[in-house]
Amino acid sequence: MATQASSAEGSQDISANEGGVRRRDFLNVAAVSFAGVGTVVALAPLFVQMAPSRDVLALASTEVDISKIKPGQGIKVSWRKQPVFIRNLLPQEIAQANAVPLSELRDPQSLAERTKPGKQNWLITLGVCTHLGCVPLGIGEGENRGPFGGYFCPCHGSAYDTAGRIRAGPAPLNLQVPDYKFTSPTMVEIG
Amino acid sequence: MRFILGLIGVVFAAILLISMIGGLATHFQTPAAALAAEKLHEEPKHLRLASDGPFGKFDKQQLQRGFQVYSEVCSACHSMNLVAFHDLEGLGYNEAEIKKIASDWKTQVPSINPDTGEATGRKALPSDNFPSPFANETAARAANNNALPPDLSLITKAREGGAAYVYSLLTGYHNQTPALVKQYPDAKTPPGLHYNPYFANLNIAMPPPLTSNGQVSYADGTPATVDQMAKDVSAFLVWTAEPNLESRHAAGIAVAIFLLFATILGYLAYRQTWYEAKRAVRVTGPLEPENQAKSRKAKAKSGIAG
Amino acid sequence: MSFSWARQYEPKHPFMRWIDQRLPLPRLVYGAIGGGYPVPRNLNYWWNFGVLAGIFLTIQIVTGIVLAMHYYSSVDGAFNSVNKLIMRDVNAGWLLRYAHMNGASFFFIVTYIHIFRGLYYGSYKAPRELVWMLGLVIYLLMMATAFMGYVLPWGQMSYWGAQVITGFFSAFPLIGEPLRVWLLGGYAPDQAALTRFFSLHYLLPFVIAAVVILHIWALHIPGSSNPTGVDVKDERDTLPFHPFYTAKDGWFAAAVLLVYALVTYFAPNYLGHPDNYIPANPLATPAHIVPEWYFWPFYAILRSFTVDFIIPAKLWGVLAMFGSILLLFFLPWLDKSPVRSGSYRPVFKRFFWLLVIDIVILGYVGGAPISWWRTALGQAAAAYYFIHFLVILPLVSAFETPDPLPSSIRESVLHGEKAEAAPAGQAPRGGSVATAG
Repeated sequence: MATQASSAEGSQDISANEGGVRRRDFLNVAAVSFAGVGTVVALAPLFVQMAPSRDVLALASTEVDISKIKPGQGIKVSWRKQPVFIRNLLPQEIAQANAVPLSELRDPQSLAERTKPGKQNWLITLGVCTHLGCVPLGIGEGENRGPFGGYFCPCHGSAYDTAGRIRAGPAPLNLQVPDYKFTSPTMVEIG
Repeated sequence: MRFILGLIGVVFAAILLISMIGGLATHFQTPAAALAAEKLHEEPKHLRLASDGPFGKFDKQQLQRGFQVYSEVCSACHSMNLVAFHDLEGLGYNEAEIKKIASDWKTQVPSINPDTGEATGRKALPSDNFPSPFANETAARAANNNALPPDLSLITKAREGGAAYVYSLLTGYHNQTPALVKQYPDAKTPPGLHYNPYFANLNIAMPPPLTSNGQVSYADGTPATVDQMAKDVSAFLVWTAEPNLESRHAAGIAVAIFLLFATILGYLAYRQTWYEAKRAVRVTGPLEPENQAKSRKAKAKSGIAG
Repeated sequence: MSFSWARQYEPKHPFMRWIDQRLPLPRLVYGAIGGGYPVPRNLNYWWNFGVLAGIFLTIQIVTGIVLAMHYYSSVDGAFNSVNKLIMRDVNAGWLLRYAHMNGASFFFIVTYIHIFRGLYYGSYKAPRELVWMLGLVIYLLMMATAFMGYVLPWGQMSYWGAQVITGFFSAFPLIGEPLRVWLLGGYAPDQAALTRFFSLHYLLPFVIAAVVILHIWALHIPGSSNPTGVDVKDERDTLPFHPFYTAKDGWFAAAVLLVYALVTYFAPNYLGHPDNYIPANPLATPAHIVPEWYFWPFYAILRSFTVDFIIPAKLWGVLAMFGSILLLFFLPWLDKSPVRSGSYRPVFKRFFWLLVIDIVILGYVGGAPISWWRTALGQAAAAYYFIHFLVILPLVSAFETPDPLPSSIRESVLHGEKAEAAPAGQAPRGGSVATAG
């Protein structure tokens, strides 16, 4: 039947046929591409909706009052549903951290790089081991601080020093330092 | 089988006709008295807002005024628990202003004392929803003559008439005339309620919230008549119910134009495709009716018999 | 398929040949909706609505799955998960929710038009009885799905609609109340009901999709009917589905989606009820409980029975309401006219339009507040509905003299629909009348 159509056509107006072929193809291509673009754009909300919603993003920042943390003490707070260790380092802990040559470190970073200028005693890191995500011990009073006097992860034995840097065990990186700033001498805004 | 089905149909129809005749007889013999509510209830007044129509946009100044009315008048009794403080950026406030609005908010957010674990309150943060003025429904009813002030987050979507209804309600309070009470005794306002013909039951538990001009002094200096405050808070409540209204309208216009083009293009492609099909149905060559007519004429002309 | 002149699938590309040898899926698609499925060439736009129903089913499934990523099916959290989380916080959440809400309405609109097409053109007649009945099964599943979906936001209408509809079951004597409690998992709609409705609401659309496949499969055995009701005779009566009907379905779908977009973006709550924006309160009934518009005719039938007669009025109402849909299963045997299409049945045609008006009246009565004259109107309309299908149609089909049919589809196309009755000056000898089986 399609052959009937084309032979009927072909026997008559060939010149119009050639112009007709181009026009027909263009129209079909245009219509189908419009549909295609439309489908892609229509699919966009389906993917966008999986991104964090506004209420999750609103909790992206947390303010913490650090006025009660004495030197040598630390607290654990929740930020973006993850633990954050805030420690007030003792002078000997700072000295211990600075004495380590960077070449010895798996993930070389100095204590100065991991703290704010003028506030080297405030060590704020994520409480998430960079190996497979357990929460290391050492932030609370009496917890095992490991062989390097910082934090110790009981899951697979990663040991962090007083600056939260990885020294032994399987973890590849130092405890992550989140974005934070001091909004006042006693208030820190994380995130 | 058809007979049984037909019988079932006749039975249903018969029961229905009995019901109908019975109902009509009851109505005409003992007509129900017209309810006062039906006669006196008024349709909402006409209200035009910047957000009306498919091209509507919010008038942010008006929204801010409306928010001011909410915080100074309505929030004493009405919660708005689906709106978070940080949503106010939709009204044009910046981060610092929102932080201040949140921490200055007169109701505290329920919280736990971090040292003792006791229930307490804390200042609101931008990420919090507007806290309810009452701890729970029982407290709300106890403070309001056993009536529950509804949450206002969705009120313009939750009432027939929307913003126009809210505006009419707020400006519709007036005293019942003695003549009215005589004609419709069951519409008489019980003690503790207030007459408002825009309310479905005519008598509402909420006392008129907007009582005098200048009740709120607007930050932008607009004169705060009762009418103006009612309009502004209605506009604000449209925003609380539909914060995405502007994106929705903008996306809608883009999608509508796109689909219009797609329809036109598709239609042209369809006509093009079918042009050949129509030709193929038509008989062509010697059997085509036109050609047959021509050959008949030619035969007739040259005298050849059929 | 069933027509000998149907084009066969001949893959040119070596990759497609490789696939075809191992899993003939492309061949199946080609034969079902591609160039290999011959379709009568005279289909009018009433034939577009089946595909549109499939499109809206797809829209509902896709939007529904992503909404389920955020919906929280607890009686305390459901309302907020919809009206706070989805509508305000989730990116494009408001669009997905409004699209799903209005998609349900449009799914019913196109399905109702599709059903009315079937009623007018006799699509339910032999050999397509099973297509018709599978379609009714799809319709019943759609109603169950829509009802459960409406409960999920846990607004006032959600809760009270659930109360009323599950209350139907208690109308049945003896087993009614235990059945109702079993369905709800409790004595009133509560957590147990909500979670199970969510689970079933997620499941049923896939059951619908499976029945749709059976529906299309059953159709493709005899092939599509057409506006004349005359069977396909040969190649000149048909066109391949692709590109002719893909083009026609494509543009019309764009037009319908345009209307859908206008409603979704500019009047998203027009077809809904404001009371569902109030959180559910088991202690306060709304002034007028009404279901969504697509249930209004059945709601009218239910409420029309106000008199006890041997059995209570409530039970009459429930039986009539279910009966009004179940009687449609018998339609191929109620209407035994050998002529399929209403175009050639002058008496049937008039009654058809009476039925349409009747159903519109029932719809109006079902959605409006109760008043004495609306109740009476609804009762008359409900009576007509039953009489129409169960008494009038059988009588009309037995005694009607139909108009002469065209001898073939291509005749009717050649001479235009109006001149069909007298094709090429010949009176048909009845040889081309559609026969059963």
